[in-house]
Amino acid sequence: MTHLTQDLKAEAVAGAASDVSARDEFRRRSPREQKARTLNVIAYAVLVVLVAALMVPFIWMVSSSLKENNQVFTVPIQWIPEEFVWSNYSDIWTRIPMMGYLQNSLYLSVIITILQVLTGSLAAYGFSKVRFPGRDVLFLGYIGTIAVPWQAYMVPQYIMMQQLGLTNSFNALILLQAFGAFGVFLMRQYYMTIPDELCEAARIDGLSEYGIWARVILPLSKPALASLALLTFVNTWNDYMGPFIYLTSNRLWTVQLGLRSFVGQFDAEFAMIMTGSVISVVPILIIFLVGQRYFIQGIATSGMKG
Amino acid sequence: MTTETRLRAPAVGPDPKRRNNLNRGKNLNRGNRKQARRNTLIGWTFILPNFLGFLAFTLIPVLAAFALAFMEWTSFSAPKWVGLENFERMLGSDSFWIALRNTVIYAVGHVPLTLVLALGLAMLLNRKLKGIGFFRIAIFFPYITSLVAVAVVWNMLFSPTDGPINQFLQFVGVANPPGWTSSSDWAMPAVIITSVWRDMGYYMILYLAGLQAIPTELYEAAEVDGASPWQRFWNVTVPSLRPTTFFVVVMLTVSSFKVFDLIVVMTNGGPGRATTVLSQLIYQEGIGEGKFGYSSAVSLVLFLIVLTVTVLQFKIQQRRER
Repeated sequence: MTHLTQDLKAEAVAGAASDVSARDEFRRRSPREQKARTLNVIAYAVLVVLVAALMVPFIWMVSSSLKENNQVFTVPIQWIPEEFVWSNYSDIWTRIPMMGYLQNSLYLSVIITILQVLTGSLAAYGFSKVRFPGRDVLFLGYIGTIAVPWQAYMVPQYIMMQQLGLTNSFNALILLQAFGAFGVFLMRQYYMTIPDELCEAARIDGLSEYGIWARVILPLSKPALASLALLTFVNTWNDYMGPFIYLTSNRLWTVQLGLRSFVGQFDAEFAMIMTGSVISVVPILIIFLVGQRYFIQGIATSGMKG
Repeated sequence: MTTETRLRAPAVGPDPKRRNNLNRGKNLNRGNRKQARRNTLIGWTFILPNFLGFLAFTLIPVLAAFALAFMEWTSFSAPKWVGLENFERMLGSDSFWIALRNTVIYAVGHVPLTLVLALGLAMLLNRKLKGIGFFRIAIFFPYITSLVAVAVVWNMLFSPTDGPINQFLQFVGVANPPGWTSSSDWAMPAVIITSVWRDMGYYMILYLAGLQAIPTELYEAAEVDGASPWQRFWNVTVPSLRPTTFFVVVMLTVSSFKVFDLIVVMTNGGPGRATTVLSQLIYQEGIGEGKFGYSSAVSLVLFLIVLTVTVLQFKIQQRRER
């Protein structure tokens, strides 16, 4: 799988180069340019319709979140609420402990992201820039576990946490999710593209290996660090099964658990449910819009999700 | 870095020019053993913080899962070696077969639909247009939207009475639209539609990378030869995308067999057992009822399926390349 992903990345780079030459060629042939232009207009129209259709769930979510409960399901569908019920957005904080849920989600996401990025980039340096016997076998062990579905070992993990007395605590989730093999894999893929000569030069200048990691490799790997941080953060924020298995008391619940339980308890409060959904998605939307370049790069590099 | 001064790096670290192994072996023998030991120590200090967590919370549980499958162990009894008993029990239980069948049905629906739509979208989006980035982002966004929100919204969209989807179906002339998540025949299609909508943006990104790597000369040559757009698609695009498609198929199949949270949130396996999948069975038996041994046997089956699918696809790919 490593080869494949490396290929993909190389291809993406090659692709960018060939795009440039393609553009130059278009400029020379004007009849073709015209044909391309009409094609583009058609493509544009198709895209607008298509994307609008694909966005219907989001549109419906936002529009319903601004309605009264009894106006959510109407025949015909009202895409724009007759009157905007903004009070949903102020009432939800008292209906369910939404603020607490958001804080819990934020806490878990931040801690796990920091640990994953830190330990992942350290380990990746060891796996890519320091040569020692047994290194590659060990790395193979890491890769091997990525191939095992986590559902296959969630029961032993659960038994372990139970025995450590860590169920119903954030620590269980932090321990289980902060040391994933995925982060090591993603960072190593990137470090392999940094020439060894750079490290060598730094060594000759008298930097220790730790110094090289901190002063040479880390600054160079900002895009990869950003990708890993964003992917980890979003995965943790969105994670449902982990909190579902480990967090039983309401005060520890994350946004996902809180929202799910709200739906279970008050399944007729359609508008309020949609309001909660919007609130749970907004932080992800903001993070995504700010860092979307890194998301895409992270996926092209690793071809994998967390 | 406080450790910086304490642990000085060796003057000759990892070999920059990657000399062959023979040479390196000689170097070691010549008295660079100390150096090698030092490198080992340094290497391990880098790896250790992650490795400790990885060892304790991933590697050991993975190995334990294999062993547990051959043991009888519940939350009320001590572990006992029972050989293949768990597997015998599993093969004789309908909940296992139902879960397996549902998982396969899900995969059979999810894999081809996602693949075709992801490729179609990638072809459509692989052009230089103003604002194309916006369309790509919009199509990708469902993939990173929280699953609970996705499941909740789609559940409402699928609402059998007055839900927007059934209203639309009635509008286009379907007299008796399906009951979706409330019907045991239509719950699985509803889950598949939701998951396809959620995942296709992700695979579209992979296909876009693949499409951008195809040299434009190939298309130009095909055009000069008088190939129609359809012929160009089948004879240039499809073969050039083969490595990407292979990767996408492996990833899609593996992720289909692992399907879990979407089903838990959307239908919780119901109605009845119409959408219960393998992962859920593992959860119910293992964590829900504390049958650690039995659930690990189911886990092992899930792992073997995923492994077989991956190996099989690698084999097929190799044969094609030859």
